[in-house]
Amino acid sequence: MNDLFRQAKWQRERELIEPTVFELSQGRSEGYYRFSIEKEMLDAVGDVQKLIPSKLRREELNLPNLSEPEVVRHFSRLAEMNYGVDSGPYWLGSCTMKYNPKINERIAASPKVRRLHPYQPEETVQGALKIMYELGEMLGKITGLRHWTFQTSAGAHGEYLGCSIIRAYQLDRGEKQRDEMLIPLSAHGSNFASAAMAGFKVIKIPVDSRGCTDMGALRAAAGERTAGMMITNPNTLGIFEEDILEIADLVHNAGGLLYYDGANLNALLGRVLLSAMGVDVAHLNLHKTFSTPHGTGGPGAGAVLVRDGLEDFLPVPVLRERDGRYYFDYNVPKSVGRIKAFYGNFEVLVKAWAYLKALGSTGLREVSGIAVLNANYAFTKIKGIREVSVIYGEDRPRKHEFVISLKEARSKIEAPALHVAKRLLDYGLHPPTIYFPPVVEEAFMMEPTETDSKEEIDHYIEVMRKILEEELEENPKTVLEAPHNSSIDRLDEVRAAREPILSWKIYERYYKGNKT
Amino acid sequence: MRYIPNTERKFVNVMLKEVGITDIEDLFSDIPKKLKLSDPPDIGHPLDEPTLYRTAREILSKNITTEEFISFLGGGVWDHYVPAAVDEIVAKQEFYTAYTPYQPEISQGALQAIFEYQSLIAELTGMDVVSASHYDWSTALAEASLMSMRINHRNKCLISMAISPERLSVLKTYLDPLNAKIVPLSYDRETGFVDLEDFERKIDYETCMVYVENPNFFGVIDENVTELADKIHEKGAIFVVGVNAISLGILKPPGEYGADIVVGEGQQLGIYPSFGGPLLGIIATRFDRRYVRQMPGRLIGMTWSKSGARGYVITLQTREQHIRRERATSNITTNESLMAIRVAVYLSLLGKDGLRSLCEKILVNTAYLIKKISSIEGLEVPVFNAKHFQEFLVRSHTRKWSEIQKLLLKKGIFAGIDLNNRFPGYFDDLGQVALFATTELHTKADLDKLIEELGRVMHERSF
Repeated sequence: MNDLFRQAKWQRERELIEPTVFELSQGRSEGYYRFSIEKEMLDAVGDVQKLIPSKLRREELNLPNLSEPEVVRHFSRLAEMNYGVDSGPYWLGSCTMKYNPKINERIAASPKVRRLHPYQPEETVQGALKIMYELGEMLGKITGLRHWTFQTSAGAHGEYLGCSIIRAYQLDRGEKQRDEMLIPLSAHGSNFASAAMAGFKVIKIPVDSRGCTDMGALRAAAGERTAGMMITNPNTLGIFEEDILEIADLVHNAGGLLYYDGANLNALLGRVLLSAMGVDVAHLNLHKTFSTPHGTGGPGAGAVLVRDGLEDFLPVPVLRERDGRYYFDYNVPKSVGRIKAFYGNFEVLVKAWAYLKALGSTGLREVSGIAVLNANYAFTKIKGIREVSVIYGEDRPRKHEFVISLKEARSKIEAPALHVAKRLLDYGLHPPTIYFPPVVEEAFMMEPTETDSKEEIDHYIEVMRKILEEELEENPKTVLEAPHNSSIDRLDEVRAAREPILSWKIYERYYKGNKT
Repeated sequence: MRYIPNTERKFVNVMLKEVGITDIEDLFSDIPKKLKLSDPPDIGHPLDEPTLYRTAREILSKNITTEEFISFLGGGVWDHYVPAAVDEIVAKQEFYTAYTPYQPEISQGALQAIFEYQSLIAELTGMDVVSASHYDWSTALAEASLMSMRINHRNKCLISMAISPERLSVLKTYLDPLNAKIVPLSYDRETGFVDLEDFERKIDYETCMVYVENPNFFGVIDENVTELADKIHEKGAIFVVGVNAISLGILKPPGEYGADIVVGEGQQLGIYPSFGGPLLGIIATRFDRRYVRQMPGRLIGMTWSKSGARGYVITLQTREQHIRRERATSNITTNESLMAIRVAVYLSLLGKDGLRSLCEKILVNTAYLIKKISSIEGLEVPVFNAKHFQEFLVRSHTRKWSEIQKLLLKKGIFAGIDLNNRFPGYFDDLGQVALFATTELHTKADLDKLIEELGRVMHERSF
């Protein structure tokens, strides 16, 4: 295994990798960082202690006492024990882990972006508003949905807003009884949760053998209680919902609206308008399709777009332009209200704007074309590997991602998807999304994106082959006990849930010195 | 395209051949023809890197920043100093380009950093359990209200009116579909504190939760917050406190006056204003099964590896959407993790003494401004007879704030928020008021400039 990847491992003792900031500062009683107050100011205001009521004065505060080099080294060591998109292939299905262009970071880090207060007079933020407006217009052209808001901070936040808009639309029409949201079983988990939060009853629609929405079941479910349907297209199996027009008609004829989850838009970029598919409301994940980084979980940005006729339901304020001047319009008669304070994750919007400017019209198709080519190339080769099976629509082309099942490997090891994923870590490859979608057993949901080279894809495939055909055969223990080369070996997640240690305080109170 | 390695024809051909087709378009053959665009949408020509940089610079040059003008704007986002070390750490690709740490063995760095964020905020708020982050204060408040409703199955929310109208309207949006009731809790017009009589009148056995902020939207340090917990708990309701996180360097944490859930904004702790986003929503609670089980959002927990090494994982995931779907405690997935890492670095760097000295500086600036502005004719400050932290209202008796703001803008000053114009109908009974904020970025010279220009503007009027 000498030729394998090694992740940094800053181990201090057998049981301790990097200490926490609290441990690092043990025995210290004074901090290092100070803000100075001008003497004249102190003289003018008198005793600082008297500036707050004594009964609300804080006595204890347990924060670390560390100097700048200690803090920087600590977090730098932590960074070295983390795997990013710049580290290597990151085939997390439905996450679109594409490369994050560096120029976007440079532009967004400008003080002209960061040092702006949301309540500044509009004439002092015309540049910011122009960027938001241009981004909205570009996304409008890409989707065919011409009205938009950036107030949502994430995909799920967008789904929630979308559901709220659908609810407001139905109430506005006097259709109060429409309290059901139709969602295919292959949808992202957040769709179900968002619909429930917006007050809807969730009706689940099964997937047929093609891997698409079961039309019979959909027909049976759609009716006078249908408020709308949430669809992901291509769906999480990476398959284009070929009945999309019929689905849209069915939902519309039943009196509902069609919501589009944009998590998988990368496959269609520049090729298909959402409006042509009959979509009424959509969210786009700027942190997926539009290359903004994921930041270990966020911040993202979820643009929400609606078709003509639904713009009056958008959250306030709506950004508008008149004679080259940009302004916020707070007069949106049927608005669902605010969904977050201010106008959205502006820094993220700047990055997405820069990305689209770099792509231009021609780049849009290159993105979707190569993303889909990479996925199909990998799919073709991976499905030929022993132990790999394809459950739905084997002969249909995939879009940006594909799902395989490792259930045949159950004859060699239990929970093969989990263990093979862990073994991939030893090769410096980020595993795919596993056990999702739930309609596939031992699922591996793989999305190479357009930013992996052929060499990297070939390497990924070869490692998959090696693990599944050789290691499972010759040395299943290596796979079962993986990872071996990461900064830590397999963690006990069951224990973490049974004995939750959710902060340093809880650890000190209940578990310190009581490790096993 | 410079971001796409496989555009070279020879790679494409080899890959197409392997798939068994001749053209990339064949991969889209299952899409109905009438759906397909003949030409891609027109979003302009691709820009090369220097052109893109120049284009962005030209557009952004139209902005005037808080670096160029002196800003007294707050009200939910504050312009604090961000230490260079904070920027340096979050610019590491291992942090900013990584996904949610679903594979803990190669994501220990992010997991530990977020665990440290949770731990530091637990100390700061005097609570035990902190979620890995929410979008912002307003959505954290909304989620904390939903959490409260799940805990005691009641739907009456008693909400202090000394809060930002933006926050209130987000709360309304979230509560509306669930038939929850927002009952306004008024503030004392003399002190700005929670009106205890109104509180006593409205708290009852149907009350789900009571929400107050300290310091409140007007910067008032509310001395009545310590009087609430027992009466709230007596009625089986939940006490939720909202905080300007930075104030906890010097103010008693809500955990010490009986809060069950603390929410707040963490932006001040190492995150730029960035025109209002990304921000950082805080939700913290007690280590109590009833509460933790209903907590929305991601939680990082400590555990041990097979070989006995201490490590970190995402835990209690059965509350989350990817497992529980429509029965999840929240739909939140993508959150503000990188902002949480910013806060972890910031609080580690400042420590207790640094944070305290920062709070003292803010207190001194606040007191200085209040004292000096109070001597300007036509202006009244403080509007509330209370101690203030960071923010305070100024009432104008002669001129409209919209006029004053315009004149100050010409002098390179962003004056405080004109509450009457910004939030029509919310604060009309307070007269012509503006909300001013100060931070450690203000020097005495900055404050004196404001005082001088304000004096001039008010004086001009009298002639």
